[in-house]
Amino acid sequence: MAADPGVAPSDSTPSDVTTREHDLRDEPPEVLRGYYRQMALVRAFELKASEMYQRAKIGGYCHLNLGEEPTVVGLMSALEARDYLFTTYRDHGYALLRGMDTGRVMAELFGKTTGVSGGWGGSMHLFDMDARMLGGYGIVGGQIPPATGAALALTYRGAPGPDAEAVMCLLGDGTTNIGAFHESLNLAAVWRLPIVYVVVNNRLGMGTPVEKSSGEPLLYKRGCSYRIPGERVDGDDVVAVREAAKAALHTARTERQPMLLETVSWRLKGHSVVDPARYRSREETERLRSLDPVPAFRAHLLDLGVLDEAQAQAIDQDVEAEVDRAVAFADHSPDPTPDQLFDNAYAQEVANAPHALPGDPLMTGGSAGASTSGAAR
Amino acid sequence: MTVMTYRQALNETLRAELARDPSVILIGEEIGVFEGSYKITAGLLAEFGPERVRDTPIAEEGFVGAAVGAAMLGMRPVVELMTLNFSLIAIDQIVNHAAKIYAMFGGQCPVPMVIRTPGGGGQQLAATHSQNLEVWYAHVPGLKVVAPSTPADAKALMTAAIRDDDPVFVLENLSLYNTKGEVPDGEHVAEIGKAAVVKQGTDLTVVAYSRATVIALDVARQLEDQGISVEVVDLRSLRPLDRETVCASVRKTSRAVVLEDDWLTYGIGAELAATIQEGAFDYLDAPVRRVAAAEVPLPYAKPLERVALPDAAALTKVIHEVLDATRFSR
Repeated sequence: MAADPGVAPSDSTPSDVTTREHDLRDEPPEVLRGYYRQMALVRAFELKASEMYQRAKIGGYCHLNLGEEPTVVGLMSALEARDYLFTTYRDHGYALLRGMDTGRVMAELFGKTTGVSGGWGGSMHLFDMDARMLGGYGIVGGQIPPATGAALALTYRGAPGPDAEAVMCLLGDGTTNIGAFHESLNLAAVWRLPIVYVVVNNRLGMGTPVEKSSGEPLLYKRGCSYRIPGERVDGDDVVAVREAAKAALHTARTERQPMLLETVSWRLKGHSVVDPARYRSREETERLRSLDPVPAFRAHLLDLGVLDEAQAQAIDQDVEAEVDRAVAFADHSPDPTPDQLFDNAYAQEVANAPHALPGDPLMTGGSAGASTSGAAR
Repeated sequence: MTVMTYRQALNETLRAELARDPSVILIGEEIGVFEGSYKITAGLLAEFGPERVRDTPIAEEGFVGAAVGAAMLGMRPVVELMTLNFSLIAIDQIVNHAAKIYAMFGGQCPVPMVIRTPGGGGQQLAATHSQNLEVWYAHVPGLKVVAPSTPADAKALMTAAIRDDDPVFVLENLSLYNTKGEVPDGEHVAEIGKAAVVKQGTDLTVVAYSRATVIALDVARQLEDQGISVEVVDLRSLRPLDRETVCASVRKTSRAVVLEDDWLTYGIGAELAATIQEGAFDYLDAPVRRVAAAEVPLPYAKPLERVALPDAAALTKVIHEVLDATRFSR
């Protein structure tokens, strides 16, 4: 896809997009159809999650990947099964494409025992050790030091090389201002860690534009202080994202050189499900709708003849059905029961672990008999 | 048994665990070439190399969090924080990550790490370098917090902490590092979550931990000469808290005083007083008293610092007040 001036990363900095020239016709058609299916699945899941939130099936905070689907697909197709992923709280799409079962992801949002985190984490805390997705994290920037430490652990496992494991750590644009980001990049640089930090720049930290929150709004440059190479790609371009992520991961695994990748896309809706995004004008909202990358990719594949309308509709219906089955699975899954409250208190049992519910007595025996002296007097 | 200092006991324990388990690594500021601000890691860099004994930049949030992530992948990092005060810079990683990851992700991923750090005032380090914030961590479910008071316990609790599958906060103490005691040779592992009656007595129970236990034992020995029999309970573990051992002692003696190094209000002693009134109410002959630090940012000047910190004189005074209030006679 050629760079489209209309989707420059920021209106103030259109010249700084790093494009990766490529032609979609060079991609195997089944790969492109697969990418469309993945985008459509994430889109369908997120729209359903929003609906389920409105119906109070989902509680707490709920942040959606709407508008970021090509970024999600591109990053996850670059990441190998042997790699580890740490993400932000905007994590549904990554969980799905990392191979977690759609039903179990929805069940986590519903707070069910069958959820990927057993109903303990909810939307922001999707986790699967087998899929090597070590968490969505609710604290902004909280995932960055642990992801860096996971990369440190990898250095004890084996030598660098093309088959070595690596870590991918996602963060948002606003997170490049938190101390944990800078401390972690510095550690990764001085310790030579196999990690790729990916700034998923959707241009807004909640409601604050990047240019108002970052002294260097070209976020891929923020690794400069640590001599960490950076690249910025159009997050709407799935192949560009994939290629940039693959290249960064390759450098990380072969040279143990930490890398910084920035993808730039639009967040189509509010910060979370409950945010009506009133800080955007009606014109802006209209414009965003016209920039929606999922129908654009679908149309592009139809133009190229990779998909015909019947195939596209079949994919749309297929992912709708998958999401409907996920909702049914979540709905029919059991709620956790009160007796499970302390099941995950500690990984290793310990003497005197507190198991009192509100209102329970701390101790028994305090009034089991008269005192040896005082009460008797 | 070998007589050694608390510092030596920690050093030898770290050496033994590094030798025993290749997944154990040490992480911290100046722990390698400099051998640690308080020399707890002396000689370990030379013996185990810079990958096992890893110096860090000054970035507590970064390297404590890195230890969390390394632990998630099966390493057993032992992090040194130069003093307990600097844990505040890392508190998001300690409270929101180390303490949460096992439960929040549904029990899929243990975080077997140790944070070891000295607390303690009385070194003329002024307000920001003299705090006893252990109660902040003892408050947090998901953490285990231990506080050894002797060289033997330094070995036993540190060994247990390193081998434990949960994040364990090991509270050391600046003024204990040079104290000496007998340490069992070979395997010596404590059970976390258990207090110990370190001196038997019949008239009054003093509950303490860390440096306060040493003071309590000194006071108890002096009072013994005056015919007063003080029992001393060393908590050893602040989370979980061994309420039963505390209450069993108070049910026997009917009087309790808590000696603690932290500030009075909302402190460890407040929790113990609540525990004792619930677990030994009918046995009490007097209200539970607490001897804790004055509630002020600790001053530098020695006369002010001295008066702000709990000491043997304050404990002795309070013990006499409790005994007098209950018409105790020898």
